[in-house]
Amino acid sequence: MDRYVCTICGYVYDPEQGDPDNGVAAGTKFEDLPDDWECPVCGAAKSEFEKEE
Amino acid sequence: MKPVEIAKGIYDVGVNDWNIQDFHGYSTPLGTSYNAFLIVDEKVALVDTVKKPFTDQLIANIQQVIDPQKIDYMISNHTEMDHSGSLARVMHRIGADKPVYCSKMGHKNLSLHFSQPLNYQPVGDGQELKLGRRTLAFLETRMLHWPDSMFTYIKEDEILLSSDAFGQHYAGFEKFDDVVGDAIMPHAKKYFANILLPYAPLILKLVDKVTQMGLPLRMICPDHGILWRTEPGKIIEAYVRWSKQQPKRKAVVVYDTMWHSTERMADAVAAGLYAEGVAVRPMYLRKWHRSDVLTEVLDAKAVVVGSPTLNNGLFPTVSDFLTYMKGLKPQGKIGAAFGSYGWSGEAPKLVAKELAAMQFEVMDPVRHQYVPDTPALEESYAFGRAIGRRICDEVAD
Repeated sequence: MDRYVCTICGYVYDPEQGDPDNGVAAGTKFEDLPDDWECPVCGAAKSEFEKEE
Repeated sequence: MKPVEIAKGIYDVGVNDWNIQDFHGYSTPLGTSYNAFLIVDEKVALVDTVKKPFTDQLIANIQQVIDPQKIDYMISNHTEMDHSGSLARVMHRIGADKPVYCSKMGHKNLSLHFSQPLNYQPVGDGQELKLGRRTLAFLETRMLHWPDSMFTYIKEDEILLSSDAFGQHYAGFEKFDDVVGDAIMPHAKKYFANILLPYAPLILKLVDKVTQMGLPLRMICPDHGILWRTEPGKIIEAYVRWSKQQPKRKAVVVYDTMWHSTERMADAVAAGLYAEGVAVRPMYLRKWHRSDVLTEVLDAKAVVVGSPTLNNGLFPTVSDFLTYMKGLKPQGKIGAAFGSYGWSGEAPKLVAKELAAMQFEVMDPVRHQYVPDTPALEESYAFGRAIGRRICDEVAD
């Protein structure tokens, strides 16, 4: 599963971890995050993320 | 400082920090100020506080206008401690249960700064708070320059309290653009280059958004330095220009040196650049602060870095500078490296690698063993000319 990096603040979304503080279970692919999911660090929109090289 | 009435019923109750010379690694030869704004209406609001050691001065300034206990609302535009450091004591003074308005991220971040529970009232983008005659509107500005950053706009007075954006590290009794004049612009530029540059694309988006909203701006009041009351458009235009990072025919030659050999190469490289019509000034890292160098990098097309090789690696000040520049993410630069060495000579290549990692277009480095003789200095001069020609090819006169 691909990890995605927030281009605004550098936070890395790791699907293995998910984002449990915001109701996203471990194992959730980035593509499956809801459209209104935001970067838990800086609040950037999902569209501001890029796949980690 | 005495409170300054910036508009009827609106006061800057902030303080000057005359003697701070190093602001978290940014040199501030003229000190700075922590501006905080008191708005007296049917309800009274205080927007931001000051750095902790200045709390008594802040409270004394408020007292010259109004009894602090009459403050109804605390507003935190930004969590950083030069603006929130006094928050706990201010709340104790005005009433610990009074509401603290902040962004959603501000709520999260303030909670990570202060252990005591405060009556946080997170607000969303565009949300308003009525004070009586006046209305405050909150504008989220995430990552300009922290996740919690927001602006507070006083609608009826058309005054934007812009937190750190549009600020300058400058302490002075002169509190307005028309009083201090153009002498303030280099400080605004330095602030942009050292604090806001990584978020340049967000600034352009924000300016577009504010333009589309058609917000009239009579005054822009940042949390540091002077307030823009005469030509608020001027600082916005400058921010757009700086955010676009359109370079001049200009280069920065920045170096350190152990026995003056890399220094002599630096002088020759700079002379070569100048011969091609490029504005340039060699900057020795033990004399120029990294934050001053970055201010010059902002509108330069090329950054040419000289490092001696010390124990098979970079000279430490050069590493410091490169680390600092990398974080500020300057875009669209040409990079080049040079240096003198004794026996192994890794430094120029290591510099070039770092510059490439910053997405600079990197030219092949030049190095010389021990003391550069005349042919070696000619090579450095030719290197400067080659960089200069490339700058002139890419940047219109």
